[in-house]
Amino acid sequence: MDMKATKKKLGMKERYRALTRDLGWESSYQDKDAIFPYVNYEGIKVHDWDKWEDPFRLTMDAYWKYQAEKERKFYAIIDAHAQNNGHLNITDARYLSALKIFLQAISPGEYAAHKGFARAGREFPGVGTQVACQMQAIDELRHAQTQIHAMSNYNRYYDGFHAFADARDRIWYTSVARSFFDDAMSAGPFEFMIAIGFSFEYVLTNLLFVPFMSGAAYNGDMATVTFGFSAQSDEARHMTLGLECIKFMLEQDPDNLPIVQAWIDKWFWRGFRVLGLVSTMMDYMLPKRVMSWREAWEIYGVENGGALFKDLARYGIRPPKGWDDAEKAIDHMSHQFMLGLYQWSFGTSFHSWIPSDEDMDWLSAKYPDTFDKYYRPRWAHIKKLKAAGTPFKNYGLARLCQCCQLPSVFTEPDDPTLTCHRETVYKGEKYQFCSDGCKDIFDNEPEKYIQSWLPMPALFSELGGDVGAWMNWVSLRDGDDNGDYDGSTDQKHFNEWRGLATSNL
Amino acid sequence: MSTVFIALQANEDTRPIIDAIALDNPAAVINRQPAMVKIDAPDHLVIRRETIEEQVGRPYDLQELQINLITLSGNVDEDEDTLTLTWNS
Ligand SMILES: [Fe+2]
Ligand SMILES: [Fe+2]
Ligand SMILES: [Zn+2]
Repeated sequence: MDMKATKKKLGMKERYRALTRDLGWESSYQDKDAIFPYVNYEGIKVHDWDKWEDPFRLTMDAYWKYQAEKERKFYAIIDAHAQNNGHLNITDARYLSALKIFLQAISPGEYAAHKGFARAGREFPGVGTQVACQMQAIDELRHAQTQIHAMSNYNRYYDGFHAFADARDRIWYTSVARSFFDDAMSAGPFEFMIAIGFSFEYVLTNLLFVPFMSGAAYNGDMATVTFGFSAQSDEARHMTLGLECIKFMLEQDPDNLPIVQAWIDKWFWRGFRVLGLVSTMMDYMLPKRVMSWREAWEIYGVENGGALFKDLARYGIRPPKGWDDAEKAIDHMSHQFMLGLYQWSFGTSFHSWIPSDEDMDWLSAKYPDTFDKYYRPRWAHIKKLKAAGTPFKNYGLARLCQCCQLPSVFTEPDDPTLTCHRETVYKGEKYQFCSDGCKDIFDNEPEKYIQSWLPMPALFSELGGDVGAWMNWVSLRDGDDNGDYDGSTDQKHFNEWRGLATSNL
Repeated sequence: MSTVFIALQANEDTRPIIDAIALDNPAAVINRQPAMVKIDAPDHLVIRRETIEEQVGRPYDLQELQINLITLSGNVDEDEDTLTLTWNS
């Protein structure tokens, strides 16, 4: 009878507690190990799951309210984009290659993250953790859907967008991102959190989304800016979850430190290799560029990653093992990968091109120590071959790294004129690697990586090496979706339509 | 010293919020980039509900920040009055 009619509203911390931890219960019909069978085998020791709190203290009721608001904002702009010939407002149709790679390689990763977090939310015993993972699972599903939806408008007008699901499963460059997510999803729940929550979200998404979305704005692509920023508004929460997960493991038991450090070493390098694609998109595929890959790395890699590892040093964490090799690769990777994409452009479901003189001047200003010395002469040679009517095409198949699945186009950390190549023999079979980082990862878990599906061997094992049959199988239409941008249907259409839009002829 | 940061979409909702952050963090540097604003500060940044309410002229729930947030860096702590970002360096 003492209850007051109007109760004081709960504070954020009490509300969070009431709507997360208080929803949990002690099981009585089943024992805990049967309910959470995967939480111990990785060796991570946890003494008190209640110590895991979401520092944003977001509860499900607030979550739905804000996510609904984000969706309303998103669809208002997507509708306007479709109604206002948004496909003609981009700077240049070359820009679309970056979007095609995004749709074929990254958006399916969002869906994979959705599945992974749905699973992690079920496998962790802590209620705070379960709720945070559940929110992230829904976020990632939303990301996959909004990205596919936003880019579907371009599919009505341009090539290379029509079969992203086949590309995701079968084409070669997409398997870089796919193998990253498959590797994470087939790991235990704690390793999954380091792989996606920490490495991908905290260390990498800034490099992927922030300069790239700002770049989309610069290139007149409102649809992409919108899905990018809408997705990114969830990422602050995802990054925080990843960082909290690391701190939680390190605070729970000192025995967790070596396990966590080994995962940081592994997943930093795995993630850094995925960034090979991103560096090329930033330096070569945006007709108007906001910043170079090198500049983005300075801000989000060196400065932000440096701050993070300095902060974690109090637990005994050191920067990842591949950190120095990564720094040595920064001024080379985008150029080496674009040269690779250009020579194998018969097998890409997007266009590549020889950079213009103006683009090359920009590249040499941004990469004063490397571009003119190592890469401009190669482009100049390729340009001469094209002018002579004998364009440089490489119909040989690339040697892929058994771990990251990139073709081995990268050079030795200390010698940019020598291709980096490592080998391991395991159970009588030889395996190839692009770097020490990838070889170390394999050597730690060979039984996992010998099962990798690699696209080049698949061309022979599944299709007898028939490239035409392979193109049908990956839904790549030869002459439309692939090859040089110069002379492509995308180029022709864009110029015609742009002409119609800006004149009355 | 390490840099903490927060990036927000550049739009009408965030203009007064950015002003409020600048008022509460004299050491912060505001970088305006295409479609976004990134605010850097040495080691520590605080966002206060009260200061935002003075700028927007209405009651404000700090969790509304979620809608226009792009990214951040640092250890997060949030309650109904403040959101802080901190690096231990
Ligand atoms: Fe996502
Ligand atoms: Fe995410
Ligand atoms: Zn590799």
